[in-house]
Amino acid sequence: MANMAQAVRMALHYAEQNLGVTDIFGEDVGAPLGGVFTATQGLKTAWNTPLDERGIIGMAIGLAMAGQRPVAEIQFADYIYNTIDLLKIAGNTCWATHGDWNLPMVVKTPVGSGIRGSIYHSHSFDATATHIPGWKIVIPSNPLDAYGLMISACQEINPVMYLEPKALLRIKGEERIPGEPDDDKLLSKLIDAPLGDRSQWQPQWPAELTGYAVPIGKGKVVRPGAQLTVVSYGRTLPLCKKAADDLAAEGVDAEVIDMRSLWPYDWELIKGSVEKTGRVLYVNEDTEVTNFGEHLVRRTVEELFYKLLAPPRLLAGKFLPGIGLADTLEMASVPQQADITAALRALAAEQP
Amino acid sequence: MSKPRLLNREEDTAPLERDLLVRMHDLMVKARVLEERLIQMYKQGHGYFWIGGPGEEAFNVPLGLLMKKGQGPAYDYLHAHYRQSATMLALGEEPIGALRQMKNTASDPYSGGRNFAGHFSKRAWNIAPVSSPIEVQYVMAPGTALAQKRHGGEGITIVTGGDAGTAEGDFASCLVWSSRPGTELPVLMIVTNNQWGISTPAATQHGETNVADRGRAFNIRTKTIDGNDPVTAWRELKEAMEYVRRERKPFLMEAKVSRLYGHSSASGANMVGGELDCLVRFEERLLADGVLTREQMDGVRARHTEEIAALARQVREEPLPGPETIWNHIYAERK
Ligand SMILES: Cc1ncc(C[n+]2csc(CCOP(=O)(O)OP(=O)(O)O)c2C)c(N)n1
Repeated sequence: MANMAQAVRMALHYAEQNLGVTDIFGEDVGAPLGGVFTATQGLKTAWNTPLDERGIIGMAIGLAMAGQRPVAEIQFADYIYNTIDLLKIAGNTCWATHGDWNLPMVVKTPVGSGIRGSIYHSHSFDATATHIPGWKIVIPSNPLDAYGLMISACQEINPVMYLEPKALLRIKGEERIPGEPDDDKLLSKLIDAPLGDRSQWQPQWPAELTGYAVPIGKGKVVRPGAQLTVVSYGRTLPLCKKAADDLAAEGVDAEVIDMRSLWPYDWELIKGSVEKTGRVLYVNEDTEVTNFGEHLVRRTVEELFYKLLAPPRLLAGKFLPGIGLADTLEMASVPQQADITAALRALAAEQP
Repeated sequence: MSKPRLLNREEDTAPLERDLLVRMHDLMVKARVLEERLIQMYKQGHGYFWIGGPGEEAFNVPLGLLMKKGQGPAYDYLHAHYRQSATMLALGEEPIGALRQMKNTASDPYSGGRNFAGHFSKRAWNIAPVSSPIEVQYVMAPGTALAQKRHGGEGITIVTGGDAGTAEGDFASCLVWSSRPGTELPVLMIVTNNQWGISTPAATQHGETNVADRGRAFNIRTKTIDGNDPVTAWRELKEAMEYVRRERKPFLMEAKVSRLYGHSSASGANMVGGELDCLVRFEERLLADGVLTREQMDGVRARHTEEIAALARQVREEPLPGPETIWNHIYAERK
C-alpha cells in the first residue's frame, strides 16, 4: 500500500487534474528532487523557489488573491517561524477585509520528531498553528487520511495548514487509497522517481484515483473502547493505538481517537467518548507548556467535569529548546511507546 | 484671461493636456482635504488613530489615474501601504469610505470597522488589503504578478512602500522573486522616499546612494524621480508602466516625496516645517502658466472642503458594528 509521501503526491496529482491546483512550490519541491521527502515528485505544476520562506508564503498569498490555487511547502516546520506574521495575515485577510478577500491556499510542512532530525528538523507546529485564527489545520496519521485530507485542503476556499508527521511519511498504510494499484511494487514503479538521471522520467499516475475526501473537522475512532479515552494525532497516534491494543491483554479497554483536524476539531466525538469512559489522556509531541492539548484539557474540565472519574491528563513533549540528536536525548524528549503505555495504564488504574 | 499654456518638462516635447492638469489638481486637493478632515476627526475624538498621505498627492494621483482598473489578472493589482488615499480617489473611490474607516463604523467599506484609517482593500479593483506590518506587501506582489504573467495581456502588479521599510527582508524578496532569469515578473516596485522612518532619518539607516540603486544588482530597470511634481510623476510612471506592461519585467521606481504631517497621529499629526508642499508648488505653476486662476483653485478647495465636511457629519451619526459581528468572516463561505 502507498506510504504517506506517495499518498500526498497522488492527492496532489488528483488536485492538479481535477481541483484546479495551479502551483505546488517550495524549496526543492520541483524536479529533479520532488521534495526532500519526495512528496511532490513528478507533479506537473511543481516548481522550485528561491530559498526564502517569507517569499514562499507571500507568493502563495499573492497567487491566491489572483485566483490561482497554490500549494506551498515549507521544507521543515522549524523554518516556518520566520513567516509567522505572514501566516497571521493569511489567517486574518478575510476577517480584516470584512469578507472581501478570501485566500484559497494550502501550506504543507513536515513536523515533529522521529527521523533523528536534531534541533532544527524535529519541531512540532501544532500549538503555534492552532494559535493563528483563520486557518484550518489538519494532520494525518496514515496514508489514506493523508490523501483524503489533502483533497479536502485543495477544495477549501480558506487557508489550510497541512502538517505532515515526518516520522510517518515512509510508512505504508493498512488501508488502500481508492484507485491505488493492489501491488505496492507496481505503484512504486509507476510513481517513484528513479535514482540517478531523472530528466527523461515521467510518472504514470494510477488512472483510477478518486476525489476521496476526509472532511476537515472530523475525527475518527481508531479503536473503540469503554474504559478510557486517548486522543492523539500525527506521529503519536499509531503509538497510542498500539498501546491500547497491548493493554487490552491486561484488561484495559481504551478508546483511541485520531483528531485528524486540529482546527476546526471534532469536539463532539471527543466529548461523546469522554462522557462514556470518564477518563481521558491527550497525547502529542509538541512542547508541553502552552500546548494545544492544554486547551483540550481545559475544555474537558469545564464541560465534562462531573462526568470524569480521573483528572484529564496530557502527555506531551518536554519543554526544551530543542530535540538533541543522540538517540537517548530524542527518546527522552518526546513521548515514546513505553511512555504512552505507562500513562494509559496509570490513568486506567487511578482511583479517586 | 490669456490662453493657458500647457505644462511641460523642459526636456520633453509632448506637453500634458490642460484637462489632465486640472483633473490632477482637483484630485490632489480632494485628497489633501480628505486627509486634513481625517486628522481633524482624529483630533476631535472621532477616531483612534490617523495615518495617511498628505505630501504624497503629486505622486499618488498620477499613479491612480494610470492604473488599469478592474478585477482579476487582466487588470492591475495594487499592493499599497497606508499613505495612498490619493491613489484611491484618483481611481474613482468615494471619500466617504475613508471617513467611515476613520470612525470605524459598520459601514466602513474596507474593513467593517476593524482596521486603521488608510488601510484600504477593494477586491473589485484589485486593491489588495493594506496590512500594518511594514513591507509585507512586497512578498505578495510576485504572486499576483505571476498569475498575470500566466494570464497574458497587459495587467501588472504595483507595490508601494516607504523607504525605511526597504530594510525589511521582504523588499529583498521582491527583488529576488521578480527578477529570476526566464521568470521575470511584471511588478512595478515603488518606494515613496520621504526620508524618514517614524523618527529615524534616512541618512542614519541607508548606505545606498539611492534606494533604487538596489535594483541594479538584479538587472532590474530603475529610476529615482521627483515625486513632488505631478507632471514628472505622470510621465515617469507612464513610461515605467508601459515598460512593465510590454516587457513583463520588473521596474523599481523611487519617488522622493514629502511627509507634511509627520508620521501619523502617534507623532501628533501636525503640519511640520521644512517640507516641500507639492500642492503649493503645483498651484504656483498652474497659476504662472495660466492653467487655473487663484479664484478657481480656491473654489476647488472650498467645494471639496464643504462636501467632505458634510460627509463627515453624516458618518458621525452612523452606528458602530454590533459586538456579535466579531464572529463574521473568520472564514469565507462558499456561496
Ligand atoms: C514590521 C513592522 N515594524 C515596525 C512597524 C512600526 N512602524 C510603522 S510605520 C514605521 C516607519 C515606516 O517608515 P517608511 O517605511 O519609510 O514609511 P513611511 O511611513 O515613512 O511612509 C514603523 C517603524 C510596523 N508597522 N511594522
